[in-house]
Order: sequence, then C-alpha cells, then structure tokens
Amino acid sequence: MGKQVTITVDGKTISAGEGEMLLWTALDNDIYIPHLCSERNEKETPASCRLCFVEVAGRPAPVPACTLSVSEGLVVKTRSERVDALVAAGFELLMSNHRLDCKNCPANGKCELQRIAKARKLRLKPKNLPILDKGLPVDDSAPGIVYDPNKCVLCGRCIRACRRSGNSILGFTSRGFERVVATFGDLPLGESGCQGCSDCAEACPVGALSKQA
Amino acid sequence: MASNTQPAVVYAALKEQAVQNRDKLFEKPLIMIGAATCGRAAGALKLVEEIKNELNRLQLEANVVEVGCMGHCYAEPIMVIYNEGFPPMAYGNVNEGVGARIVRDYLTDGDPGYEFALVALEPNDFFPTFSDFPRGVHENKIVLDQCGFIDPQNIEHYIATGGYSALVKVLEADPGEIIETVKASGLRGRGGAGFPTGLKWETCRNAGGSPKYLICNADEGDPGAFMDRTILESTPHSLLEGMTIAGRAVGSEKGYIYIRAEYPLAVERITQAVQQAREKGLLGENILGTDFSFNIEIFQGSGAFVCGEETALLASMEGRAGIPTHKPPFPADAGLWGKPTVINNVKSFSYVPHIMNNGADWFKSIGTEKNPGTAIFALAGKIENTGLVEVPMSTTLNELIFEVGGGIAGGKQFKAVQIGGPSGGCMPESALETPIDFDSLTEAGAMMGSGGMVVLDEDDCMVEIARYFLDFTQKESCGKCTFCRLGTKHMLDILERITKGQGRPEDIDLLMELAARVKEGSLCNLGKTAPNPVLSTIRHFRDEYDAHINEGRCPSLMCKDLIAYYILPDKCERSCDACVGSCPVEAIFSNEDRIKVIDQEKCVKCDSCKVACPPQYAAVVKLSPPSEVAAREQGEGVK
Ligand SMILES: Cc1cc2nc3c(=O)[nH]c(=O)nc-3n(C[C@H](O)[C@H](O)[C@H](O)COP(=O)(O)O)c2cc1C
Ligand code: SF4
Ligand code: SF4
Ligand code: SF4
Ligand code: SF4
Ligand code: FES
Ligand code: FES
Repeated sequence: MGKQVTITVDGKTISAGEGEMLLWTALDNDIYIPHLCSERNEKETPASCRLCFVEVAGRPAPVPACTLSVSEGLVVKTRSERVDALVAAGFELLMSNHRLDCKNCPANGKCELQRIAKARKLRLKPKNLPILDKGLPVDDSAPGIVYDPNKCVLCGRCIRACRRSGNSILGFTSRGFERVVATFGDLPLGESGCQGCSDCAEACPVGALSKQA
Repeated sequence: MASNTQPAVVYAALKEQAVQNRDKLFEKPLIMIGAATCGRAAGALKLVEEIKNELNRLQLEANVVEVGCMGHCYAEPIMVIYNEGFPPMAYGNVNEGVGARIVRDYLTDGDPGYEFALVALEPNDFFPTFSDFPRGVHENKIVLDQCGFIDPQNIEHYIATGGYSALVKVLEADPGEIIETVKASGLRGRGGAGFPTGLKWETCRNAGGSPKYLICNADEGDPGAFMDRTILESTPHSLLEGMTIAGRAVGSEKGYIYIRAEYPLAVERITQAVQQAREKGLLGENILGTDFSFNIEIFQGSGAFVCGEETALLASMEGRAGIPTHKPPFPADAGLWGKPTVINNVKSFSYVPHIMNNGADWFKSIGTEKNPGTAIFALAGKIENTGLVEVPMSTTLNELIFEVGGGIAGGKQFKAVQIGGPSGGCMPESALETPIDFDSLTEAGAMMGSGGMVVLDEDDCMVEIARYFLDFTQKESCGKCTFCRLGTKHMLDILERITKGQGRPEDIDLLMELAARVKEGSLCNLGKTAPNPVLSTIRHFRDEYDAHINEGRCPSLMCKDLIAYYILPDKCERSCDACVGSCPVEAIFSNEDRIKVIDQEKCVKCDSCKVACPPQYAAVVKLSPPSEVAAREQGEGVK
C-alpha cells in the first residue's frame, strides 16, 4: 500500500491509502454506501449503477464514490438531502425494472437490493413508477445454474466473474432499455459452453443468477 | 539552421505552381457546380453531365468543376459561371434544362441569364451580391469561406488561395507558441461542450506518456446535422492543415479522423485529400523537408450516435463496444490505448489555420470575449432558407432566423426554435433576443450542441416535439447506466401517453422530477442532456401539455389520437368528389344533400382528403378533441 492520508467522512476522521477509491475506504470503516456494480479487485469501475453517490466538499455535484480517489484532506458526506434524493431515484428506477418476488427468490436475505432498501429506508416496490417487466424467459438449461434476466440489475459482476474463471461466456448485448446479460450468440447457458463453475451466481448481488437448489 | 528556411522555400514553389495551374482554369469560361451530398440529392450530378453534353453539342470550350456546398441548400443545385466581361454569377435551383439554357445563352450570346441568377460573386453595377442581402450582412465566413468555391478534389485550389501557409508558419515556430496562440484566441471546441481547445492541447502536451495521438471527431450523429460533412466534402484540406498544426503543437505524429461510414462522399474526399497532401510533402514523413512527421489515418465508425461521445469513440476505435466510460481519466491524459490524446471536432480543427494566419487578436475580435469566433448552424425545419450558415457568436436567434434564414416558410407563425441537436432545448418567441453562444444558450435551457437548429411553427405540437427528440435519445442510449437507461424510458412512456390523450394530471411533475434526476445522475452527456427538450417545452409551453392532459386536445392539431377530420358542410362544393377518391379506406360518403361526410369509425387520419380538397373550397379541417365532430354535426344538423 502507498502513502496514508487523512480524510473526513461524515465528520469521522479516517486514515486511508492514497489513491484508493472512497467506496472501499468507507466500507472498510463501517460506513455503508449503496453499490452494485463496482468491484474492489477490478482495475476499472463501470460506474454504471449510479447508487454510490456522495457529496464532496468543493464539488458542485454529487460524485460516485467508486470513482473518487482518496487524497489528503478530502471531505465527504455520504448523506445529504441531495444525495439521498438522487440515490432514492436511482434505486426506484432500478426497482421499476426488477421482477420483485422476495419470498420465492434465491437471494432472499442476502440480497444487495434488500440491504440498500434497509440502509436507506427505501421501498423495494416503486412508489411513482410503473413496472417495466421485459418478460424474458428464465434460463435453467445449465446444470446447477438458474438465470432470471427479469431480476438482473445489469451490474456486470457475473460477466467479470466469468471472465476471471477463464470462460468468458457472458457479456452485455443490445442497447438502451434492451441491454441484457447474455451468452455469446444468445444461446441458452446449457448450450453456451458454460462449465457450471457457478462463479457468476456467487458474484450476482441479487437473485438474477443463482445456484440451483 | 537550414531547415528553418526550408519549409517556406519549398512551400513557395508549391504555391507558385498551384497558382499557375489554377489560373489556367480561367483561360476558358469556368463553370462550377455544387456537388456535395446536398447538391447531389438535388440532382447536381445530372446537371454536370447535361452541361458537359451541351458544351459538346455547341462545340464550346469551358472548364467544368465539381465543387462543394456554398451553404445555400434551399437553392440546390447551384451553378457558378466565370465568364469574361461579367462578374462571376451564381444561379440557384438549376435543373438540367435551365442549366443548359444558361450555358447556351451566356457562352454563345453573352446573355448571363439574370432571371435565373441568385447573386453576383463580385461587386458590380448590374446585379446584387451576397452582401446586399441581410444574410450576407450577418454572415462572416471563416471555416466555410472556401466551401463551394474551390475544387475539393484538387489540393492546388486550396494551396493557390494560401492554404497550408499556416502550417509553414508553425513549422518555423516553437510548439509552445502555437499552444499560446490557440489559448490566447479563446477558441472553444465546436463539438458541443465548448471546452477551451488550447487548454486541451496543453494538457496533452504536458501529459506523460508517448506516443501521443490526435483524433478528429467527425461522427456527426445528430439527425439533420451536416456541418462537418460539408466541411469534409467541400474543403477537406483545412481540416488536415489544422490537425497537422495540432500534431506539431502537442507533439503527436499520428492523427485519426473518426468518420461515420454513412458519409461515403466525405470519406472519399478526405481520403483523397490525405493522399494529395502526402504527395505534396505536406503530410507524412519530414513535412516540407523539416524533421516533423505527421500521418493521418481514416477510421470509419459504425454509426451509433453515442460513439460521438469521446470515451465511447475511443472504445470503438480500440475494438471494444462503443460505450462511454467514466471521466477522469480524460482523453488528454489517457486516451487511445491509454496514451495522451487530443480529441477535437472537425470545426475546431478547421479554425486553427485561420487563427495561425491572422492571429489570436483577430479571432477574438469576432464574437464575444468568452465566445470568440463564429457559430456554424444547419438551419432546418419551417424556415424559408434552409442551409448552412456561419455567423459571429452573439448574433441573436431573431437575426439568425428572420434575417439570415429568411423567416418562417409559407407565411406561418413562428412558435419555437429547437437548438443544439436532439438534446437541445426549445426556445419560445420571448427568447428570440438570446445571443447565440455557448453560455447564453445553456443558461436559457438549450445548448449550442454541434449546431443543429430546427425552426418550429404554429402547426408543431410541442409535446410531440419533446416526444420525438426523447424517442431519439432513448433509442440511442447505450443502456449502461441506470438513470439514462430507465429514466429516459419512463419519460418517453409518459410523453407517449400524453400525446395519446391518456395523460394524468400528476404526469408533468413526474416528468420534471425524472428529468432532473436523469440530468444529475447519468454517466455521460447523452443522459445528462437528454431531458432538455422535455424540460424546456414544459417550461415554455406548459399550456400545451395541460390541453393534452386535461382536455384531450392538441392545440396544434398534430397528435393523431387527439384529432378528427371533418368536412365543413357549408364549404363543401358537393359535386367535385375529390376527397372521396383520395380516401384509401372509403370513409367518405355523400349525404342526401350530396355534402360529403367522413365516417369517423373508418377514418385512419391519413390526411389524403385534406390534401385532395381543392384550395378554393378548403372544406376539410382537423378538429381537436375528436368529440368536436359530434358537437358540430349536431349543431349543423348533418345527417
Ligand atoms: C452523445 C454524444 C454525442 C457526441 N457526438 C459528437 C459528434 O458527433 N462530434 C463531435 O465533435 N463531438 C461529439 N460529442 C462531443 C465529444 O464527446 C467531445 O466533447 C468533442 O468531440 C470534443 O471536441 P471539441 O473540444 O472540439 O468540441 C458528443 C458527445 C455526446 C455526449
Ligand atoms: S433479487 Fe433481491 S429484491 Fe429482488 S426479488 Fe430477489 S431478494 Fe427480492
Ligand atoms: S457458471 Fe462459470 S462458466 Fe458458467 S457462466 Fe457462470 S461464471 Fe461463466
Ligand atoms: S445477472 Fe446478477 S451479476 Fe449479472 S449483471 Fe445481472 S445482477 Fe449483475
Ligand atoms: S374535395 Fe372538398 S369540396 Fe370537394 S367534395 Fe370533398 S370536401 Fe367537398
Ligand atoms: S458502485 Fe459506483 S456506480 Fe455502481
Ligand atoms: S381516411 Fe379520413 S382522411 Fe383519409
């Protein structure tokens, strides 16, 4: 680890490694910031879930904590009216495109969405927005793995896990609202060359990719 | 230091030869025809052929040259004739017959065909020139100056008018000086954001890491925009010269032009220009005999709008999906292959030779302190003179639309101007005095964008306009980040609902809330600006939203679900029957008085009957809300 610097998060003085992303510094110090897409050991963050916003002294607008590199004297607030409203809006958008069924969900109890809702006192079910369900088929063709794209929040963790496993079977396809995680050529997992290692299911923060019971 | 005097000497020889060759063109009558994409769409290539045939038939000697676009697209095809004894004349809307006739009368009988002439290109006693029109008074052409007046396929035309002399100048200067001049000129990037160009170059120059790269962003994905295409097709060497100067300034030896594959003519012209510049030693190894080398490669992009965003552009060049990434790092620090990279728009680079030649103070004297230089706009929509214009920054919208653009087409009433491309804003009549510059437009809820401008009149429904633009950006969203992917989708669904008469009173607040969050939360500028058309139309045309939502009425009679076609009984001529035959679904019948009536159940609202009804009767009208029809029928006792 490089040089240690001192920063302030929510009024707490914290010693952190210079250049580390604030998201990890905060989590290591028991300050929870909602996050879905970023991973500690990956060189780059997709910065795509847009839930980790924090307020930085001297910056005009909230900044994603997964993109904020820690430097001496940094002053950050993880909560403010503005940040809370933005995170709540982002969360509601995500949940408006999520097939909510916690009771029957393999992730129930260890789900990152449930955790965010609890930490930020947010409803899982959108308040103002109608549900946009794409009605995609659930794929249980590969032994030991179930993929329900209707629950996917497009964090990309499974794709990276699959790549790290040496298989690189998963990727994003299509654009805009149609963006979806799929195998190459859009084959069912069972025909895609999937080795059934289930690293993807381990990586999935929600119940979209799960190990079959 | 022999190498210091060398470039000037080599260039002087090039120029002398170029002038000689160009002057030969004028030894015979010279006929120039605008044959850029816009001219071709209007039939310029057929005109070229017909003119050549006519010259053959008449056994006349003349030079025929295909040039680029003069910017007067409403008058395409345009032809210019240089003939001894008269000032050079430009003719507009020249079809093959007219073209042949002008050539015949002018070159055999000396009749310059005033009735077809647009303007004379030099001051004279017979015929007005551009500066005698309001447009000419406002226009100040820098980048577009040569467009339509030189042969884009012949580098010597560019050189003969002083082209590449700025490069010679900077080859003799210290690279730091170039950057100082660009900084002092205040040039701001014309790709939309208006970032100071000199600062970008300096960052790249000072960034560690080599090699350094230069990229010209010629993706131009805005629907209806064609400024960059026109420059590439009409004066490609000004871009190449600007890029080479930038290469020298930042210490790069390799530049790319990222151009959309849907621009085949532009690709052809710029590829040819690169080759000709290399042959003349103005590009490539040891430019003009100095130790400076710079190469340019053409990269054809595959077309997604978001690929114009610089980080997505880089991803696409590196063979990855064209999807934006977080900044920082900025390209100037870590761009193509992680190396320091300057990315500039076509127009931004094209100003540079002019700034080098005329100095920073000259550039600053045009426009305003913070927004020096000119603005280049493609005028489209309900405006009399569509086309490409270049006016000083700080020209007002009013001047641009009513003086330069000739006002609203067909004597209709102005309603709004949508400025800045699909993510721009709609400005109402009360904002017409807004000066055109980066800061004023942003402040007014629109933006400069890359220079798209659509004029809207009384027949345009502002809710539908907002829906139309959002539909574009929503479809072009890459889908990576939450706010843009889902926020624009919800917004679009709401707008569709409103245009169908299914809006709810709470929809406007919901739209504004979503818009604000999408702007704040999105990853790239596509999402950050996509809500602009919605926000600006709500702000300025709230009453139209209210009419749709509360009364199911479209005040502009544009939203199909909210209108019905109706035949005014007292206007119908009864015996002409024109409408009956025009209707594709046989919805029109005669009542016992032989007055025509539309069966609303059958009508598919195709507008055919309204078009077919002779103008002296104009009996077919649109009504909104559709329930108006029943009310009228009752009132008028129609059976
Ligand atoms: C969705 C999107 C599309 C863009 N398209 C273009 C484009 O077609 N041409 C362009 O020059 N800049 C485009 N830009 C802006 C570029 O990201 C970048 O700012 C610009 O090329 C920088 O050049 P400049 O400094 O000369 O303006 C786009 C930006 C966004 C967000
Ligand atoms: S993924 Fe999480 S929020 Fe969604 S249904 Fe499963 S447990 Fe509930
Ligand atoms: S199980 Fe393993 S190999 Fe199969 S998709 Fe998931 S990560 Fe890839
Ligand atoms: S399946 Fe799970 S891990 Fe993969 S992108 Fe969707 S939510 Fe993320
Ligand atoms: S075209 Fe017009 S005037 Fe003629 S019958 Fe139809 S409505 Fe009447
Ligand atoms: S964790 Fe930061 S944007 Fe997803
Ligand atoms: S069907 Fe009604 S206008 Fe044509």
